[in-house]
Amino acid sequence: MNARTFFFVLVAGLLSLGIFQTVQRHVAFDIPWMPGETRTIWNIDAKINFDANDGAVLASLTTPERQAGYTKISQNASSPGYGLSFLDDGETQKAEWTIREASGKQTLYYNIQVLEDAKSLDQQILEMPALFDREYSAAGFAAGTSIINDAMKTSADAFSFTREVLKQLNADNPNQNVSLILTGKATKTEILIALLNEAKIPTKKIGALVLEDGRRRQHLTPLVEVFQEKDGLIVSRLFDATSLKAVNRDNLLLWDQSGKALLELTGGSDSKVSFAMIQQEQPALSALLQKSENEHLFNFSIHSLPVEDQSLFKGILMIPLGVLIVVMMRVLVGLKTSGTFMPVLIAMAFIQTSLVTGLVGFVLLVAIGLFIRSYLSHLNLLLVSRISTVIIMVILLIAMFGVLSYKLGLTEGLKITFFPMIILSWTIERMSVLWEEEGAKEVMIQGGGSLLVAVLAYFVMSNEVTRHLMFNFIGLQFVVMAFVLLLGSYTGYRLLELRRFKPLADKE
Amino acid sequence: MFFSSPFKLKSKGIMGMNQRNSGYIGRYNPRKLYPLVDNKLKTKIIARDANVTTPALLGVISMQAEVEGVEAYIKDTPGFVIKPAKGSGGKGILVITKVENGRYYKPNGSEESLAEIKRHATDILAGLFSLGGSADVAVIEGLIQFDSAFDGFSFEGVPDVRVIVFKGFPVMAMMRLSTAASDGKANLHQGAVGVGIDITTGAAINAVQFDKPVKFHPDTNKELALLQVPKWERLIYLASSCYEMSGMGYLGTDMVLDRDLGPMLLELNARPGLAIQIANGQGILPRLKLIESLGDDHGMSVEERIEYCKKHFSQ
Repeated sequence: MNARTFFFVLVAGLLSLGIFQTVQRHVAFDIPWMPGETRTIWNIDAKINFDANDGAVLASLTTPERQAGYTKISQNASSPGYGLSFLDDGETQKAEWTIREASGKQTLYYNIQVLEDAKSLDQQILEMPALFDREYSAAGFAAGTSIINDAMKTSADAFSFTREVLKQLNADNPNQNVSLILTGKATKTEILIALLNEAKIPTKKIGALVLEDGRRRQHLTPLVEVFQEKDGLIVSRLFDATSLKAVNRDNLLLWDQSGKALLELTGGSDSKVSFAMIQQEQPALSALLQKSENEHLFNFSIHSLPVEDQSLFKGILMIPLGVLIVVMMRVLVGLKTSGTFMPVLIAMAFIQTSLVTGLVGFVLLVAIGLFIRSYLSHLNLLLVSRISTVIIMVILLIAMFGVLSYKLGLTEGLKITFFPMIILSWTIERMSVLWEEEGAKEVMIQGGGSLLVAVLAYFVMSNEVTRHLMFNFIGLQFVVMAFVLLLGSYTGYRLLELRRFKPLADKE
Repeated sequence: MFFSSPFKLKSKGIMGMNQRNSGYIGRYNPRKLYPLVDNKLKTKIIARDANVTTPALLGVISMQAEVEGVEAYIKDTPGFVIKPAKGSGGKGILVITKVENGRYYKPNGSEESLAEIKRHATDILAGLFSLGGSADVAVIEGLIQFDSAFDGFSFEGVPDVRVIVFKGFPVMAMMRLSTAASDGKANLHQGAVGVGIDITTGAAINAVQFDKPVKFHPDTNKELALLQVPKWERLIYLASSCYEMSGMGYLGTDMVLDRDLGPMLLELNARPGLAIQIANGQGILPRLKLIESLGDDHGMSVEERIEYCKKHFSQ
């Protein structure tokens, strides 16, 4: 493989590595392409009311688990005087309040924030819920058996069987057996579960919360989760006992998946659980960062650093873009700058000072510096001490500008301290020598070129979109590197050469 | 149109800066040989070993303490030049053409005091003019008494001949005439006149100042077409033999003509500029490509290489 091929393979490798990493970060971690994208967060309160029986109270509330469409970001609870713990026995998650002595009306609050998250998936079902024993009245048993037999004939598996049963339960003109069963106290959900259980189909009762912004005093909607084994995997589906329609899981948070009870209360009576919720829009990134399971995913990114260092990197990671601008301006356009990467440093200072203040301050400082430097050149000083003098002079000038602008009420002027003074001093020294040797014109050309490139670099480096992209997608650094390498092998004409050689090209 | 089409430039064989840097300088000039070329003192030493004449070396100032003693080197000369050994682009070259009773005069007649000369030497030592700002030494050379053939062609300065030597072949040449605008210096971007020179005869082809065609010298009004470099054979031979001497494949040789000593090598340049194309009114690429097509095993001597160029590059 010759050097040329290797070079292009290297560039292509860097490019694809960068793009792959970038796309992967977007797809896997959901980091948005654009800044300012928001994600929906639901802030839900569960309020538990009960009467305490003048003794020890233990209230345990089942809380939402990981599920498709939603990710828990945080939870907390408040209730004065109660001990609180969040329990997770591996199957169900609970919030448990305890107190030794309580009497009268009690109110407990539980708050959870969930993120709407298309990436989140339902937990894998490892084992079927157990069937349970239940006693029936003779009449009910006979009717139930008849319904089961009818449904069994017209169905193929557990899900279709459930549908067949639901058809009978929700028929406009229910037959005799169904009417008999429905006259009892039991709800359709309970009947459905009982019937399925009788047919040896495992089920679980689910309490679901319909999410709607600003709703209060909501209650859980009961649903039935039906299980069946297929190809060695346990699959389940949700059914609403009161309707034949498939359950739409949009805006549906499965709060209680325990299969038991939403609230278990000892030492109290007349308990009631109600829900209130609001919808919030949060910047996507901060919402993602709150997602606790993402912690390890962000481990190898800059997000794992302390915030202070992160903001440092926010600046540093922009430098490659500034450098790219410099390379483009020099290689493609042919602009002369004083000092190869000085424009990038000036641009970084501009970011601190804001553009106009920075430009005015920079030109003012260099101009005054040049003026004083022209006097220094008569003193026959050694170069190092002359530049040192210029540095001190620049510092004094900056101090003077700072005080002056403060006295005049121009606080903007104080930002001039952000300029890198050594860079300024070298600029002044170089410009001064340039002035003596090649005249004012060359100073204007090089100084103007530097400022132009600096302003361009400033616009690229301070842009919200580029800042967002460069900071969140490290892979883009490779892309920039690939471009810089490519530019390094560009042997075509520079834009300004097209002007320079024009008389030559137009000859004859 | 403000810009010309890049395809038109390409069809004319004009070389751009990017191509020069990566295709020629990067490819043919080994990095380790740069010091020989960038340091004028080292160039002088290898030139002496290769029997290439250079201007007389009056003295070298390599330490700040020696600056005070600069007068000893210069007071009894008819004129001299102080330059940084590692200077670039003609920066830091101080030319004194007249020394009278301890007073020094620049080519434009203005006086330069001894203190100013010392300050200049100090600046050189501190690296103000050198590439990368590294510490440097100041080289004091005798002033070249330029050949009377150039009377009227140059204003207050030594005209020099730049020959681009590619792999030992003299591919293109131009003469650089100082003007009032260039302050006696022979750099085209400072305003010197560039005159394209025929490789075969040493006669003028075309002239430009500030990249624009000119017919007459702006200060002396002498017709530039009349320019003919004397002792051209010797000059082009010296220039071509710089290839063996320096090892640089793409080399700019700056030659001067002394009245008494004939052509001599002033300095070498590892990054010769592109203005020579404008001065010649032609692109350099076809010539470079022709030489490249010969390969490395042509086994030609210096004389044969010059003959080859005369045959192919004559106007």
